[in-house]
Amino acid sequence: MAIFLTGESRVMIQGITGSEGTKHGRRMLAAGTKVVGGTNPRKAGQTVDLGGTAVPVFGTVADTMAATGADVSVVFVPPAGTKAAVIEAIDAGVPLVIVITEGIPVHDTAAFWAYACAAGNATRIVGPNCPGIASPGKSNAGIIPADISAEGRIGLVSKSGTLTYQMMYELRDIGFSTAVGIGGDPVIGTTHIDCLAAFEADAETDAIVMIGEIGGDAEERAAAYVEQHVTKPVIGYVAGFTAPEGKTMGHAGAIVSGSAGTAQAKKEALEKVGVRVGRTPSETARLAREVMQAR
Amino acid sequence: MDLYEYQAKQLFAEYGVPVQRGQVAATAEEARDIAAGFAAEGTPLVVVKAQVKVGGRGKAGGVKLANGPQEAEEKARQILGMDIKGHTVHKVLIAQAVDIAQEYYLSFLLDRSARTFVAICSVQGGVEIEEVAHTNPEAVARVPVDPLHGVDLAKAAEIIEAGGLPAEAAAEAAVLAERLWSVFSDEDATLVEVNPLALTDQGHVLAVDGKVTLDDNAAFRQDHAQFADPEAADALEARAQAKHLNYVKLDGQVGIIGNGAGLVMSTLDVVALAGEEFGGVKPANFLDIGGGASAEVMANGLEIVLSDSSVRSVFVNVFGGITSCDAVADGIVSAIGMLGERGEQVSHPIVVRLDGNNAVEGRRILEEAGLAVVEQVATMDDAARRAAQLAAAGPQANGQPDGGPGVNGHGADAPATGA
Repeated sequence: MAIFLTGESRVMIQGITGSEGTKHGRRMLAAGTKVVGGTNPRKAGQTVDLGGTAVPVFGTVADTMAATGADVSVVFVPPAGTKAAVIEAIDAGVPLVIVITEGIPVHDTAAFWAYACAAGNATRIVGPNCPGIASPGKSNAGIIPADISAEGRIGLVSKSGTLTYQMMYELRDIGFSTAVGIGGDPVIGTTHIDCLAAFEADAETDAIVMIGEIGGDAEERAAAYVEQHVTKPVIGYVAGFTAPEGKTMGHAGAIVSGSAGTAQAKKEALEKVGVRVGRTPSETARLAREVMQAR
Repeated sequence: MDLYEYQAKQLFAEYGVPVQRGQVAATAEEARDIAAGFAAEGTPLVVVKAQVKVGGRGKAGGVKLANGPQEAEEKARQILGMDIKGHTVHKVLIAQAVDIAQEYYLSFLLDRSARTFVAICSVQGGVEIEEVAHTNPEAVARVPVDPLHGVDLAKAAEIIEAGGLPAEAAAEAAVLAERLWSVFSDEDATLVEVNPLALTDQGHVLAVDGKVTLDDNAAFRQDHAQFADPEAADALEARAQAKHLNYVKLDGQVGIIGNGAGLVMSTLDVVALAGEEFGGVKPANFLDIGGGASAEVMANGLEIVLSDSSVRSVFVNVFGGITSCDAVADGIVSAIGMLGERGEQVSHPIVVRLDGNNAVEGRRILEEAGLAVVEQVATMDDAARRAAQLAAAGPQANGQPDGGPGVNGHGADAPATGA
């Protein structure tokens, strides 16, 4: 099954003719993803060459959906245009929008999130500032390298892109049903909790690895959710123990303010509900391996 | 980016949010001249306020009342140069004193958990709002604000009413709140706070203090550069910023370079953990070189990290996702060469861990370059431990000359990765 993204998913790219859109479109296609089209209002009717495959370019998301049956859109549009791109996708009724773009003003993200809610939450938004979703062996939508891991039965949800890669690589012998990079911005669409719920319900996922980092209270809320609703084993990791208060650590959302958002508080909240938390990514991978081998 | 009170009030004034009149001074003499101007208008009473980006100024003695230019100069002299919670006072605001009848609280901010904006309003202002929320939660109103609709006068009145402000303040406070929302929205702020929001003896409402945080991601459409504060920034951080490097200076001995914010944060933790074994060695910085690690980016990064005089060793931790490790290795080799040509010979040991995309080729390039300062270790945990060990044994740290056991571990004798 995998979550959110399956072998049947038909993926379009907003910003397909830009350098990032083309580069990653090619990689997605090479990974076996059904990349069916993309948008650029000024290049409608043309095609873009993705490693030897001519992929059609349309003027709008609605046109792309109508012509190709796309049901996932990956957004590579630069920050100044991202809000409009996401709102267009919501209006067109795309079921899943994955926003890769980094550096979007939080007022814009808050606006398109509110817009999605007002539209009845018919569109799932992943990101922004995220690496996307990979269901190894099935489909890959975003910038997660397809060749670092393999298909398996661990579900992974992470705020950080490179820690997603690190964990997928460390556990490549066991493999993943789906890895979801939810992004490190202060406001994101799909949360840890959304992914925990989906993995809990997924017949092809046996255990869940959850990677968090400093800032906000998403990990604490996820811990409360695990206690109430998750029966599958959950292994956790939190980055940012050494981050000083008031300094933003790379991600716009990674900032400790006052006593809130510390790594220690998140680790404690997770351990309190029985989540085993690794002190390093490697130790976390080891814990996950133990859980999977004990099954 | 956080603004100083005087900058926040400038912004408020631009949007028609009433504030006390005031001017900023960098010297006691300037403070005297500003106060003399107010005295000439018949209002000699002023408040001299330390401009620092940290709370608790009043308690620390950074806010003083002065009567006339002479006293303003004296108080400014006392406050300028003062250290408030690690922040040196470089400027003071000379503001006209106000006859405050009552103090309230008003702010707009991002509510991360609810993924929307929220207004916070309270009839109990002038004190820490967290404290009020703790001791008297009913006195603090939280009103969600829909980003799609914002705050019009009706919504502003609703917020003020929820905060329980009395009738004599409500009308002016609502107008102020609507304008304060415009500051928040139009300037891409993530926080605008007025505490206290004052009702004067004359029955007017105005902002006596102001706090604003601007969203750095919005810099492309806002003139945030006007608020930049080069003198307060760490010199290394300022240099890194000029080179577009994502660098944060910390207090430690192991310089860190990595790719991706999460991995770099994690690297700091792993080094600090390993450092416990070596007398509390700590990471010296956060530096994320991002996706493409060109030789130039690597050279700039190494240069910044090595400019920190407390650095004893460097740990380059890269997981090649999109980035190819052979490019990173080339970057390291040419960076060391470039620094040598610039006359900045690299003498500190550099521990490198390369994994992921094209790691085998990357490791081979480093191996063949045969650089004496570069040591490769196969896993993140072992590499962190090695970097901490080298930092603890560094020539200038506690005079310990030797690197200890396990030197020259060019990857071969370190345990293999994962599978």
